[in-house]
Amino acid sequence: MNFWFVENHSPNVKFSMRVIEHLYTGKSEFQKIDVLQTAEFGRVLTLDGYVMVTEKDEFIYHDMITHVPMATNPDIKKILVIGAGDGGTVRELTKYDRIEHIDMVEIDEMVVDVCKEFIPQTASKLDDPRVHLHFEDGLKFVRSHENEYDLIIVDSTDPFGPGEGLFTREFYGNCYKALKEDGILVNQHESPFYEEDALGMQRAHKRITGFFPVCKVYQVHIPTYPSGHWLFGFASKKFDPINDLNADAWNQLGLQTKYYNTDIHVGSFALPNYVKEQLEDVE
Amino acid sequence: MKILSQQKAPIMEALNKYKKMRVVPFDVPGHKRGRGNEELTAFLGENCMTVDVNSMKPLDNLIHPVSVIREAEDLAAEAFGAKHAFFMVNGTTSAVQAMVMTACKAGEKIIMPRNVHRSAINALILSGAVPVYVNPGVNKELGIPLGMAVADVEKAILENPDAKAILINNPTYYGICSNMQAITDLAHRHGMLVLVDEAHGTHFYFSDELPASAMSVGADMASVSMHKSGGSLTQSSLLLINNEVSEGYTRQIINLTQTTSGSYLLLSSLDISRKNLALNGQEIFRKVGQMAQYTRDEINKIGGYYAFSEELRNGDTIYDFDTTKLSVHTLEIGLAGVEVYDILRDEYDIQIEFGDIGNILAYISVGDRRLDLERLVSALAEIKRRYSQDKSGLFDHEYINPQVVYTPQKAFYALKETLPINDSAGRIASEFVMAYPPGIPILAPGERITPEILQYIQYCKDKGSFMTGTEDSKIEHINVLKEAEK
Repeated sequence: MNFWFVENHSPNVKFSMRVIEHLYTGKSEFQKIDVLQTAEFGRVLTLDGYVMVTEKDEFIYHDMITHVPMATNPDIKKILVIGAGDGGTVRELTKYDRIEHIDMVEIDEMVVDVCKEFIPQTASKLDDPRVHLHFEDGLKFVRSHENEYDLIIVDSTDPFGPGEGLFTREFYGNCYKALKEDGILVNQHESPFYEEDALGMQRAHKRITGFFPVCKVYQVHIPTYPSGHWLFGFASKKFDPINDLNADAWNQLGLQTKYYNTDIHVGSFALPNYVKEQLEDVE
Repeated sequence: MKILSQQKAPIMEALNKYKKMRVVPFDVPGHKRGRGNEELTAFLGENCMTVDVNSMKPLDNLIHPVSVIREAEDLAAEAFGAKHAFFMVNGTTSAVQAMVMTACKAGEKIIMPRNVHRSAINALILSGAVPVYVNPGVNKELGIPLGMAVADVEKAILENPDAKAILINNPTYYGICSNMQAITDLAHRHGMLVLVDEAHGTHFYFSDELPASAMSVGADMASVSMHKSGGSLTQSSLLLINNEVSEGYTRQIINLTQTTSGSYLLLSSLDISRKNLALNGQEIFRKVGQMAQYTRDEINKIGGYYAFSEELRNGDTIYDFDTTKLSVHTLEIGLAGVEVYDILRDEYDIQIEFGDIGNILAYISVGDRRLDLERLVSALAEIKRRYSQDKSGLFDHEYINPQVVYTPQKAFYALKETLPINDSAGRIASEFVMAYPPGIPILAPGERITPEILQYIQYCKDKGSFMTGTEDSKIEHINVLKEAEK
């Protein structure tokens, strides 16, 4: 059978994976949810037809969205994760014994249920006793919290659809308020490559820089995301991700990671000129 | 009356049929189904251009409807519980003007609250009717004009038994309703017509949970902005008549000023929207009410803001409240409503309906998504965190009793001179000054300019309100009556 999943990466570019089996399809209140068994990437979660997670390359995303802030401030104990319904971000965080409390706020409970059933590779640690699941709008959740978290991770979908509110100035401002005085905000920051993604990336950067004294961007390579060139934002009230990195302390923890190490931590903040220019344009 | 099928949309059906006939157009409009204006067609879409057509036999004619427009108007009349419904294509402004001009000739009196929309006073300039103003109640705390007290209306009626009609806002921009039934009955006992500006009240006709509509209490005429809560295209509107008001005479009045090339985009939007409201209105406005209530509760949780609602009801000047309106009092966080309005747009990419001195109004409709409501609430929380300040020094009331010296028409057409606005105290205005929106005049033609009014205008300007009304677009000069005219 010649069965291929296709996603438009730009209006003029398509990305395709051969599908062995369509394992699940369903529609929640918010979006269409599908799980595919693919030949190359293992199981793949898509929302409204956009790839969110694949078994083969999810480690890149989840390593880099968690270990960069965790290695920058070794005292992080209380964390808010927004989005992240596949569970991969929480899985990485639960590797740290010192973390006491994780609030995970996902708008769509069905995504979590589907991932628990079909993608245990990422959803395996959602039952950890330190993890508290809240199924509601992240923008609403964060509004009522003040001076509470050491770290907020925004593991969102794209700036259209249910994740829209997580790319707004009001959201970043509310995050600032919910963070402690040395808090860190890490967010999925879109891609600099295709025009539409780059506009979303610039808007996000512009809105965050208004609030945080430290605002950096770091990059990763994710084969199944448009262009493969993806960014995360690192914003903080106090910590600098490079100057404050305590590499020895993190390495002594002896955590097993497939992508992250303290060298790539530093290196990921080195950006190509065209990305620097896009960021400077909105600073 | 025969029961019509609200499933039908005669104008839309006639347009669809007409398209299929592939008629060769040797008539206007000259773009000929869009082929003659490629850029416009690309921008608006081919579907839109193919129904931008001229009046013709299969499509009826707005100035004298006998077939599909007539049928659509009959359906609308049935849906709104009126004797007849006129489709209007020049905004609710033209409907309000047609009401006033149908009811009153030059020199005849009409009783109205002063917090009417500019269109009502414009109607007085056109017709020469004489306003008798009833001061609306004012809520001191919120700084908003309210509805009319029944006793005040009765006093105006007794003092002006020769008045022909009374005009009522149902509701006001803020969602406040007068006692429609009592005022209508009172006016009818004294032989006066009841005209109702329902620019913000379309939804009252399609919900059991909302305040009474004009037709339901037996009022004589109502102007209904279908394009606001009803979902039709901007500029389309309905004029409803009831009781003894003559359909033929009203149509003649409408045709004095309405275009003879009624747009089929606007007409079909009225037709399709009426169908949707008749079939789904109850459900739609129940949802809108729930969304408004949710947002109100969330805003009130922030603290500082006051999103007010039906708890304001006092049995008279706030007889009822439109709970689909999301009006929020902002002065307690130290910001004028118009400042919050500007910050929402400039900083948060959120456009709300209006901000005045003490309040903002966010328009909630069936097109809203839950996530957008969350954005509005979160942005307001952020504005409080980032911008709130001491509230002293903020103006706390909005309504100034006017001193009416001449009728609007006499003042507007009188010999006049232009003065710097700050030197105009004591003189009589020949033109309007207002913040738009909401478009309720601070000064209307024929009213005396006072230092208090000038101070208020300056304050509105300082806070960034968009001011309009005068010939001088910068509102630095004002036309006043020549002294000799006084």
